[in-house]
Amino acid sequence: MDGKKIPQVAIIDYEMGNLFSVKRALENAGLNYFVTSEASSILASDAAILPGVGAFGDAMKNLSKYDLIYPVRDYIASGRPFMGVCLGMQLLMDESEEFGAHKGIGIFDGSVVRLAPLENRSFKIPQVGWNSIYPPADREELWNDPSSPLKNIKNGEYMYFVHSFCCLLREADSVHSLTNYEGVQYCSSVLKKNVFACQFHPEKSAAMGLEIYSRWAEIIRNSGGIK
Amino acid sequence: MSKNIRVIPRLDIKGPNLVKGVNLEGLRVLGNPEQFARYYYENGADELIYIDVVASLYNRNSLHNIISRAAREIFIPMTVGGGLRSIDDIKEVLRAGADKVSINTAAIKNPGLIKEASQKFGSSTIVVTIEAIKQPDGKYLAYTDNGREYSGVEVISWAKRAEELGAGEILLTSVDREGTGKGYDIELIKMVAAAVSIPLIASGGPGSPEDVVKAVKNGGADAVAIASILHYGYINSEAFKIESSAEGNHEFVRSKKNFSLIKPSGIFDIKRAMSDGEVQCRFKADRDGR
Repeated sequence: MDGKKIPQVAIIDYEMGNLFSVKRALENAGLNYFVTSEASSILASDAAILPGVGAFGDAMKNLSKYDLIYPVRDYIASGRPFMGVCLGMQLLMDESEEFGAHKGIGIFDGSVVRLAPLENRSFKIPQVGWNSIYPPADREELWNDPSSPLKNIKNGEYMYFVHSFCCLLREADSVHSLTNYEGVQYCSSVLKKNVFACQFHPEKSAAMGLEIYSRWAEIIRNSGGIK
Repeated sequence: MSKNIRVIPRLDIKGPNLVKGVNLEGLRVLGNPEQFARYYYENGADELIYIDVVASLYNRNSLHNIISRAAREIFIPMTVGGGLRSIDDIKEVLRAGADKVSINTAAIKNPGLIKEASQKFGSSTIVVTIEAIKQPDGKYLAYTDNGREYSGVEVISWAKRAEELGAGEILLTSVDREGTGKGYDIELIKMVAAAVSIPLIASGGPGSPEDVVKAVKNGGADAVAIASILHYGYINSEAFKIESSAEGNHEFVRSKKNFSLIKPSGIFDIKRAMSDGEVQCRFKADRDGR
C-alpha cells in the first residue's frame, strides 16, 4: 500500500448494534472508515470490521438478508486484515447453541456456548464489566507476533466485556487470549492469519483498548492492501 | 477469581451543567460536565452514568451535545438517562454516542417499552432505573420523575419484572439517601440483589470509600454509582479549575464547601479501599505501584 494513503476500513452494518464507538476508535487510530451493508463496498476496502451486539440467530439472519455471508468469507480469504468484535467474534465460529442451533460464518472450528458456572457456584449473566486477558499457557510470545493486535498489551491487561455466551474453540492454535470469569476460563480472542476477533470491546476499554486499534492500523498499513 | 466491581461516576445534568442535590432536590451547579467526565476517565473510572435530572423541563439538545462531545474523547461505556420516553428517544441518545440508556418513568408507565427496547437494541443496552423511597411500613416503592412522583409500584417485584422484560442491568437509587453521605441503603441493595440475576448498580448515599465497600460486601452490588464524594474530591483537588464554559452560579463551588458527611475522594481512593476490603476491581494499569 502507498505509505501516504490513509487506509479505508469497511464497518459492516447488518443492523446489530451501535457503531458509534467503533467509528471513534478507528478515527483515533488514524484510519478512514465507511459504514456499509454492500458486499461490493466491503470487498473494495483495505480492511474490514464486523462489530455487533445482540442475538446470534438474528445476526446470521441479517447477514443473510444482506447477502453478506459469502462476501465475508471471500474477504477473509483475500488475506486483508479482518477484525470481529463481541458478537462479531462469535459469528466467525462454525455454530452456536444460543436459543436453538445456528450455523455461523465458519472461519474458526468452534462453537458458541452459554457462559455457565462451575458446580456449586452461581454468577451473574451477562458478564458486564472489566476483566483481564492473558495469553494461553502464558505464551507471551504469541502477542509479540507482528500479526497480533495485542502486541503492546501486557499479560493481564483489563478489557471491557458484555456477553452471556462465549466461544469454545476446537482449534487450539487460534486461541489468542484467555479470560477467567468467576472461575470459568474461556477464549476471549482468536487470531488466525489475517483474522483477529475478540469477545471484549477494545473501543470501550480506555487507553489499552485504543492501543489494540492503533496496532491493528499498523498491521493494515503494513499489509498489501487491495490486491 | 471473582468478578471486578465497577466504579461508576454518576453525573447529574441540568441544561449544560453538572449539578448535585440532596434527595435528588436542591440542585447546585458544580461545573462543566465534560471537564468532570474527562477527569474521571483519565483517573480510572470504569464507566460513566449521565442522568438528565430535569429532562422534561429542558430541551434535550444540550444533553445530546454533552454526550456527543464526551464520546469523542472518552472510551469507556457511557449510560445516559432522564426523560427518555420512546424507542425514538432511545435511538437518538444512542446515535449521539451513548452505549446504554436508562429508563424509569416511561418504563413504569409502559413496561412494554423495556421489552421492545431490549429486543431492538439488545438487553445489554437497556438499564432500568429504580428510584426507591422507603415507606413508613418498611416497604420500598418506586417513584418516577426523578423521585418526585408516586407510582405505587413495589420495588422488589418491579425489579423482577424488569428482568423478565429484558432489562440488562438495574440502576437502583435510594432517594432517601441520595446526596446525604449517610451511606448506601444496604437493606434495599440486599433485597434487590437477591431478587434478580442481572447486574445491580447501587446508587445514592455514599459518604466515604468505606461506604462503597459496604455496598458490595454487605449489599451484594455488582457496581457502584458515585457522585458527591467524587465531585467534591475533584473540586478540592489541585487539578480543578472552574472552566468558563459552564453556565450558571458557581458561588457554591468557589466556596469549596462540603457537607460534613461527605469525605471528598478520588477514584483511586475508592479502589484502594475496595482492594483493602478484598473487593476485586480494575486498577488503571499505568499507575505503577499505586
